[in-house]
Amino acid sequence: MSAPTEFTLWEVFVQEKSGAPHTHVGSIHAADAELALQNARDTFARRDKLVSIWVVEAERIVASRPEDAAGLFEPGPAKVYRHPRFYRPANPKQKR
Amino acid sequence: MAEPSPSDDDRERRFLERIDAGEKIEPGDWMPDAYRRQLVRMISQHAHSEVVGMLPEGNWITRAPSLKRKIGMLTKVQDEGGHGLYLYAAAETLGVSREELVAALLSGEAKYSSIFNYPTLTWADAGTIGWLVDQAAIVNQTLLARASYGPYARAMQRICAEERFHERQGYEIVSALAEGTPAQKQMAQDSLERWWWPTLMMFGPPDTESRHSEQLLRWKVKQLSNDAQRNWFVNLLVPQADAIGLRIPDPALRYDGEAKQWRHGPIDWQEFRTVLAGGGPCARDRVRVRREVQQRGAWVREAAEAHAAKHRTAELQP
Repeated sequence: MSAPTEFTLWEVFVQEKSGAPHTHVGSIHAADAELALQNARDTFARRDKLVSIWVVEAERIVASRPEDAAGLFEPGPAKVYRHPRFYRPANPKQKR
Repeated sequence: MAEPSPSDDDRERRFLERIDAGEKIEPGDWMPDAYRRQLVRMISQHAHSEVVGMLPEGNWITRAPSLKRKIGMLTKVQDEGGHGLYLYAAAETLGVSREELVAALLSGEAKYSSIFNYPTLTWADAGTIGWLVDQAAIVNQTLLARASYGPYARAMQRICAEERFHERQGYEIVSALAEGTPAQKQMAQDSLERWWWPTLMMFGPPDTESRHSEQLLRWKVKQLSNDAQRNWFVNLLVPQADAIGLRIPDPALRYDGEAKQWRHGPIDWQEFRTVLAGGGPCARDRVRVRREVQQRGAWVREAAEAHAAKHRTAELQP
């Protein structure tokens, strides 16, 4: 028996309704973009009504590494002055 | 200044802290080798089960007694194929290739759920599989949808949503037979009697003999032991069988009023071990059919590859 063909890995993103963001739902294998779209439809759109599908070659995605997460994302919560609650407009009628 | 790289002990401690905190482990994250191996084992067996699961029901598509039953069966079999794909993709995130996984199934070395090594003798069996086997799968998969490995949990969430339809279409088939002619009702009863014990065995060996359970529970891959899941299933099924007038083939089945639980009688584990070792009536046949299907589809994969190669060449032309 011939060895199974190795196809490219594609990541699949679907938009569930107009105006919603595309979200990642999984991945499929396909020889080219056209078949990737077709396979994504067969695999991830068997029931739910979808508005659109994106397929992206998995190796084209640039992702942060887990070990970099602390350095990349740590400053967020520390910067309280970036959130509305940090600011308290003066209100003379109300005691604070 | 470069920090000293953490030792495996430190990494393992941190890993277990993340598990305890309910965090999900994702493909690029550090994980113990044993965790990776166990997940590959579980997810690939699960994927193979979905794929092999198409075969016993596929037999009944052309013989379904009405158009409604035929489209239901077709949809279900197509779903099982989709579930296999979700799961193969989840296994691949752990560093195994699709080709290795498929090759293991075709060579007969891969394990899959022993339930599919039983034949579907009558139309009632097509319904009973949906009602019992898919319901057992829902119990197991509802728990796995909370598993600590992100890609596995996400695949399970999609699968669970679709399995509800499988279970209901199966129960509808069996309930229609159960309220039909005496011969139809007998066909439903016989089918329940054939599938009851094999379905209970699907949850795996008893807790006292389960080799992997303790570690898998510690890693939150599993959430409940085999016996606890089996018990949950029995308590779902007793009222369902009762509602359609069928009798569960277990003379020792009894209601434990104190615990408010149904308790099943002893299970013949020798049969389970025989079927698991490839001794089920259909074991060789299932793999043979899979091989033939793989061969028949080879030209489609080759054509897709040739078409893609032609277009890649065309793009390179000035």
